[in-house]
Amino acid sequence: MSTPDTGETILSAENLAIDYRTVYGTLSALNGVNLSVVKGESVSFVGDSGCRKSTLGLATVRLLPLNASYSGGRLMLDGKNVATMSNREVVSMRGSTAFMIFQDPLNTLNPVKRVDAQMLEAIRSRARHERVSFNEKEAQKEAVGKLEDVRMPDPESIITRYPHQLSGGQIQRVVIAMGLLMRPKLMIADEPTSALDVTVQAQVLKLLRELQREYNMSIIFITHDINVAYNICDRMAVMYAGEVVEYGEAGKVTRNALHPYSQALIKSVPRTTKDQGRLTTISGAPPNMLNPPDGCRFHTRCPYVMDICKLKSPSEVEKDGELVRCFLHGGTTG
Amino acid sequence: MVKAVDDVNIKIQEGEVLALVGESGCGKTTLARLIATLETPTAGDILYSGKKLTKKNLNEIRKEIQMVFQNPFESLDPRATVKAIVTEPLQKLGWRKSQKNEGVEKVLNLVGLEYNFAERRPGDLSGGQRQRVAVARAIISTPKIVMLDEPTSALDASVQSQVLNLLLDLRNEFKLTYLFITHNIAVARFISDRMLIMYAGEIVESGPTKQVMSAPKHPYTQALLKSVPSLDTKEVAPPTGEVPSLVNLPPGCRYNPRCPFAMDICRKEDPKPRKVEDEDVACWLYK
Repeated sequence: MSTPDTGETILSAENLAIDYRTVYGTLSALNGVNLSVVKGESVSFVGDSGCRKSTLGLATVRLLPLNASYSGGRLMLDGKNVATMSNREVVSMRGSTAFMIFQDPLNTLNPVKRVDAQMLEAIRSRARHERVSFNEKEAQKEAVGKLEDVRMPDPESIITRYPHQLSGGQIQRVVIAMGLLMRPKLMIADEPTSALDVTVQAQVLKLLRELQREYNMSIIFITHDINVAYNICDRMAVMYAGEVVEYGEAGKVTRNALHPYSQALIKSVPRTTKDQGRLTTISGAPPNMLNPPDGCRFHTRCPYVMDICKLKSPSEVEKDGELVRCFLHGGTTG
Repeated sequence: MVKAVDDVNIKIQEGEVLALVGESGCGKTTLARLIATLETPTAGDILYSGKKLTKKNLNEIRKEIQMVFQNPFESLDPRATVKAIVTEPLQKLGWRKSQKNEGVEKVLNLVGLEYNFAERRPGDLSGGQRQRVAVARAIISTPKIVMLDEPTSALDASVQSQVLNLLLDLRNEFKLTYLFITHNIAVARFISDRMLIMYAGEIVESGPTKQVMSAPKHPYTQALLKSVPSLDTKEVAPPTGEVPSLVNLPPGCRYNPRCPFAMDICRKEDPKPRKVEDEDVACWLYK
C-alpha cells in the first residue's frame, strides 16, 4: 500500500521531548521525535524493550505517569496540542479521538462485569459526549453488530459472558469492538498480539487491517516484532533509546534499511523462508537513559562508528523519502 | 481428567536438535517435563539409551539431563550469586571446591561472560546475561541432553540472536542433544535438525526441519506456517476458530473443526501417524 501523501494529519510530533523526573535525576525518555500519522494509514513503532515506544503511545493520549513532562517540541492530536489540553478536553479526546488497546487483554476488561455491561458503558459515554439520548435496546443491538464486525462467532452468546469465560483472542476482539463503538479516528495498539498464539495473532492482524480500511481509521501499532510491524503497517518508525532513528514506508525500511540499527534488527530475526547459518547480533546493550552516551545514542554498538558519531548527535535528514538519523546518510550536527 | 499428552511416540537421537513446536496449551511443556523425568507418565514408558526409566535409576539418568527455562527473571534465585547458581547442579556430583571454581570460570567463559560475573547477583544482570547464566548452569555438569523451554521468547530480537548463536556453538563443541521447545516456528527452523509439530496434546507431524518447513504435510502445519508474519509477504492466512479445550475434545481428528479438508472419517476416527516420505504425519489425507 502506498503512503497517503495528502490528507488530514491525525497526529504529528515536532521535535517532541518527554522527560521523567526520577530520584536519580532527569531521564530523557524521548528526544527530538518527528513523525506524522495521516488519516487512514497505519504506522508502527518498532524497537527493543526500553526504547520508549510505549512512552510515545501513552504520550499521545496523555496517559503518562505523573513524573513525566512534555519538555520540548509539540505533539498535535487532531489539531490540538496534547500537552496543553485541559483535563476536560483530555477526557473527551480519549476514546472518541484516540483509543488505546493494551498488551494483556485479561487486564483490560472488568472481571466482575459481563461483556454487554461493559460495551454499553462505552455507548453511554459516547452518547453523553455527543449529547444524544441513550436507548438501551438500540445500544444492545449496536454492541452485537460491532462484535460481528470483529468477526466474533456467536456474538449474542458471547455478549452475555464474563471475561474469564472468554479466550485471550476473544477478549482482544471485545476490546477492539469497544474501541470501534467510540468511532475513534486513531487506534493505538500497544503490543496487542504479543500475548496471543501465532494463529490467533494472525487472525487479529488480519482483522485490524480490514477494520482500518472499513472504518478509514488510523492505527498506531506498537511492537517489538519487526515481522508483525511489517505485516500491519504502511509506514514504520524504528526507535532506539528514545529516538526515532528511521521513519519511512514499511517495505522500504525492511528491504533497504538505512540506519545501522534497523539493518541489524532485521538481520537478527530468524526467518521462516531462509537459511541463515548464523544470525547477525548487535553487540552490547542499549544505553542507560539516565546517562546516555555523548553523540549518537547507537554509537557504542554501531559497526560503522566514526569519530564524529562519538561527539555529536546526528540530525534527521530526508533520504529517498525516508527520515533517517545517521551521519552515514548526511546527518548534520544540528 | 485431562489428557495433556496423548499417545505420543518420539525418539531423540544423540547429537540432534529436536524442536517441539506448538501453541500454548498443546502439551509441549508437559511432554518435555515427562522426558526430563519431572513428571511420571500415566501410561507408557520412557527409555534412556535403551534402558527403561524407573524409580531406581532416576537419579543416574537425571545427571545426564539439564533444563533451561523460559523466563530468566524467574528461573534464577535473586539472592544467590552467579557462582552459587551455576554450581548448584554439582552438589550431588561430589565435585571438589577447586574443581567447582575451575568449572565456573570455564562455563562463564563459554557462554560469553567474564569471570567477574561470578560474584554478581541476577539483579545486576540484563535478560540476555541472565539467560547466559542459565545456560552455564545447564552445561557445567556436562549433561548429554539439554531441554530448552522457550529459552529466547522473553528476550529482545538482538539478544535472542546472540543466545541462539551461542546455543548452536555449544552444541557443536560438546556434541550436545537439545530438545528445543518453542512456539516460534522461525526460531525452530533456525536451530533444529528435526521438528515435531504438536496440536492439542498430539504430535500431528514430525520430520526433518527442512522438509517440514518447505513442504508441510498436515493441514495444521500448513496453517501455522501461513500464520507467521514475515518480511517476505504481507499476507497472513490463519486458520479459523481456536484450539479446542483439552477437557472437551472434538470426536475424531482433533483438528477437524478447523480443517479446510475435513472429510467424514476425520469426524469419526483419530488418525494415527503414518510414514509420508521422510516424515510421520497423522492425517487422513495421507493413506
